[in-house]
Amino acid sequence: PGRQSGSLRAPNPGKQTLLWLVEVVKPFSLLLFLFLVFHFSQRFTTVVPESCVLIILGLVLGGIVLIANKKQLYQLDPGLFFLFLLPTIVGDAGYFMPARFCLYGAKMAGVIDDNVEAGLMEFLLFGALISAVDPVAVLAVFEEVHVNEMLFIIVFGESLLNDAVTVVLYKVYISFVEVGPGNVLTADYFKGVASFLIVSIGGTLVGLIFAVILAFITRFTKKVRIIEPLFVFLLVYLAYLTAELFSLSAILSMTFCGIGCNKYVEANISQKSRTTVKYTMKTLASIAETIIFIFLGISAVDKSKWAWDTGLVSCTLIFIFVFRAMGVVGQTWILNKFRLIPLEKIDQVVMSYGGLRGAVAFALVVLLDGEQVKAKDYFVATTIVVVFFTVMFQGLTIKPLVKWLKVPRSTNRKPTINEEIHERAFDHILAAVEDIAGLSGYHHWRDKWEQFDKNYLSKLLMRKSVYCKSELWEAYQKINIRDAISVIDQGGNILTSARLSLPSMASRTSFPEVTNVTNYLRENGSGVCLDLQVIDTNPGAKVEEETETHHFLAGNLYKPRRRYQSPYSRHFMTLGDQERQDREVFQRNMRNRLESFKSTHYKRHKKDRSQKKARSHHRLSHLRLLLTPRVKPTKSQLKGELSEPEKDEDVGITFVARKAAETPKERPKSVPAALEVCQSPSVAPPSPTCGEKNLPWKEGIGALPPCVSVEATKIIPIDLQQAWNQSISSLESLASPPVPQEPQHPRVSALHRLSVPPRPPVPPPPSRAKFQFPAWKDEEEEGTLSQQHREMQPLMPSLRPPPPPPPPSSAQSSGKRRNPCVYLRSLVTTPPSGSMPHSRGPTQL
Amino acid sequence: MGSTSSTLSKIPNADELIQETGFTSAHLARLFERFEALDKDKKGYLSPQDFEAIKELALNPICDRIIGAFFSSGQEMLDFSSFVRILAHFRPIDNNRTKEPNSPDPINSRINKLKFAFQLYDQDKDGKISRNELLQVLRAMLEKQVTEEQLESIADRTIQEADLDRDDAISFEEFRKSLEKVNIDHKMSIRFLR
Repeated sequence: PGRQSGSLRAPNPGKQTLLWLVEVVKPFSLLLFLFLVFHFSQRFTTVVPESCVLIILGLVLGGIVLIANKKQLYQLDPGLFFLFLLPTIVGDAGYFMPARFCLYGAKMAGVIDDNVEAGLMEFLLFGALISAVDPVAVLAVFEEVHVNEMLFIIVFGESLLNDAVTVVLYKVYISFVEVGPGNVLTADYFKGVASFLIVSIGGTLVGLIFAVILAFITRFTKKVRIIEPLFVFLLVYLAYLTAELFSLSAILSMTFCGIGCNKYVEANISQKSRTTVKYTMKTLASIAETIIFIFLGISAVDKSKWAWDTGLVSCTLIFIFVFRAMGVVGQTWILNKFRLIPLEKIDQVVMSYGGLRGAVAFALVVLLDGEQVKAKDYFVATTIVVVFFTVMFQGLTIKPLVKWLKVPRSTNRKPTINEEIHERAFDHILAAVEDIAGLSGYHHWRDKWEQFDKNYLSKLLMRKSVYCKSELWEAYQKINIRDAISVIDQGGNILTSARLSLPSMASRTSFPEVTNVTNYLRENGSGVCLDLQVIDTNPGAKVEEETETHHFLAGNLYKPRRRYQSPYSRHFMTLGDQERQDREVFQRNMRNRLESFKSTHYKRHKKDRSQKKARSHHRLSHLRLLLTPRVKPTKSQLKGELSEPEKDEDVGITFVARKAAETPKERPKSVPAALEVCQSPSVAPPSPTCGEKNLPWKEGIGALPPCVSVEATKIIPIDLQQAWNQSISSLESLASPPVPQEPQHPRVSALHRLSVPPRPPVPPPPSRAKFQFPAWKDEEEEGTLSQQHREMQPLMPSLRPPPPPPPPSSAQSSGKRRNPCVYLRSLVTTPPSGSMPHSRGPTQL
Repeated sequence: MGSTSSTLSKIPNADELIQETGFTSAHLARLFERFEALDKDKKGYLSPQDFEAIKELALNPICDRIIGAFFSSGQEMLDFSSFVRILAHFRPIDNNRTKEPNSPDPINSRINKLKFAFQLYDQDKDGKISRNELLQVLRAMLEKQVTEEQLESIADRTIQEADLDRDDAISFEEFRKSLEKVNIDHKMSIRFLR
């Protein structure tokens, strides 16, 4: 009889489902909408578990539909459930199961508390399905209350496998029922048990095989990033279908496919694909959940669907509670014999209390065949009550309970690099001690597995570039990036206060040699590249401040014209893995930082303002021109204004800064000015203004890039550089979204205009530099200007025709090389300056 | 049980060891069997060579450190009681054991576990993990997965993070502080079979 378990599927599920879907589309969109609304109301869901909300929603909707139609239109169909809804839920859970701890989950595999008044097949069947603990309901609650990791994993693993086991049992029983209780012989029971084992083990194996295949495939998808997620979905789903085909446990298959491939697939696919997989799975799973819960609500309203029997309901409620508790206590007792850290009484209480029954149980009971199971209506009623009770009552009370019992909570803390290192050392020590003491315990086996994994599996299933990477190194980089972000988070002040005040630094930074910069950067540890040389070479505070301002403005004012490539090209997709989630935070903080900076400068330079007022008007119009890439420059105008010699110095930096943001995706054409920029120190003629200002960076331009660039790029983790660059460029793109019609042009045109100044004979730097300077001097203007440009920015592109494409330049190669560092320098110079005695960081004002 | 008691009778000062280390007599008997199995020449003590002969241990990236920890006193012999005492570091902390006032700091206490780990790093026994010492351990653990430069930056970072008194080395106190939030009992305990 067990062999028939696969026959449960609807005869022609495809067609049926299609019809069903068409039928449902309209109300369904409404449901989804409501679901989203509820989803967004965070405040509400922190108090009430989401499942409750969904059920209530279902009740309301069910009521509406009932009133309108007088009968239920929609009901759950086995084909739909087994082919679509269940896989999504289980697949989601399986894929996101913390891999390292799946062993614990496996230990709990046998947890099926058969709370059954034995005797009738139907009751067996019912017992099987009602004992399905709903992972989603449990997890949602546990995640909210932050129980400690161990408990979380145990309950997670348990409910996950429980689900699978329940479905298997359910199918076995249902085949019994189909045969009819009278015809079931004793031998059939044993057959049932045997087939249960075969079904689950077979399913697991199928899942693992598919996991290997999937991991192997993703190893070769580097060129086709876009279809990576598709592979993941298809193969996981294929694992499900294949197992189903052989009448094995499809759910176990899928679960283990998810668990097994997770590590390798995550390493192989790009960041974007990872995100896609993650969100799609979550979305699908929650949609499936929602559908089931809403069905539950709907059918609870419809009287024709169920029949009430107080005895059965109350008995079931009591029994599930008692048996759950008994099951938990018994199994933890056995487990504790083998565990290093025994599960405490409190954990057991929470575990038994956390046995929420949810969507799966309900779906299974609704799918019962009313012809064969006469008591179906009673079962439905009971299940509804049980689900209501557990989800509503227990779901609402488990949070206070956890608090009251003082269950150890998980600390939401990121490990430091020290912890990472030492914990790894501990692992090695323990494995060694186990070897010495002649025990083959957990560490022993884990070591064995890791060896095997490293030597064979990873080599087979991972890309070469990936498996060579060390975990510790990755952890290190992650920590670095986190630090960088927190640095920005605090307005860059941490740079001055914490980092620069390291005692060891003084000695190191005083050496001009390149190696010392290296050392410093290394010691600084965090990938935030401080260019100390900039500070060192600055003789005085005033000069220094000017530099700072200059760099700041250079970065800020030219923002709108810094564009990066259109994200829609194929090319971009292949590069896409530089993207980080940190980006968003980064952007925001960066913006804030810039803003606050601006305001401080505004105050500081108030006095200067009056002197410069005369020139302000001039500059304003001029800036406007410059800041809007699409403006077709009226040459005469430009000429007149640009001819002021004063601004020479800035050119180089301006360009460099902009260029750097683009470095990750370089394009040959766009860089006409780069070479000039880098060479600007030598090219730029000493103009009167330059002497007058004695601008420090001018000297620095020549000397710095070579030394900084080489070293800095080496030391700073590439990742970080990219993250940094990217966040900056995205910051810019935020301020001024790329122009749709001609994605490549804006930046190019900007460069173009600058690089080909109205008067060719005049050395390009002088003409370009102009705007920087005035801007920092009279802050009032600067504020207004930048505002203006920001306002204008979106408008401009559409108003003006795109400029002609720029002439290709041969210079780019050398320019590119240096850019990142110079760019970094310009970025970073501002904060460090605060440490100098006279400089004014944002904090001081 | 009979075998246990017969083994126990062979151990010189069994009662004392049980008292000191907290192992049960069954543990002790089992460990004694293991000790004798390792001691191939029946010389009554273990030498570093005996440890090196353990196949699985040879695969451990930091095995020489660990073997070194067993022979920390400098001599080349390890008798059974020292063997047990060192292994006792890794016994899980038992909180339901009656706390006797005269044994303030059991061998498997948190601080002793940490000390054991610390001495693995601190090869020259000056009470500090220097940059070099850290680098050596890191190199062993990471093998060829990272470049020397990356290794150094990790080491620098680690020291910078833990180093509170700015001497470019990690003292035991700093080591302890940096691991304050880690559940040492979980991470540094193994289950000894009966």
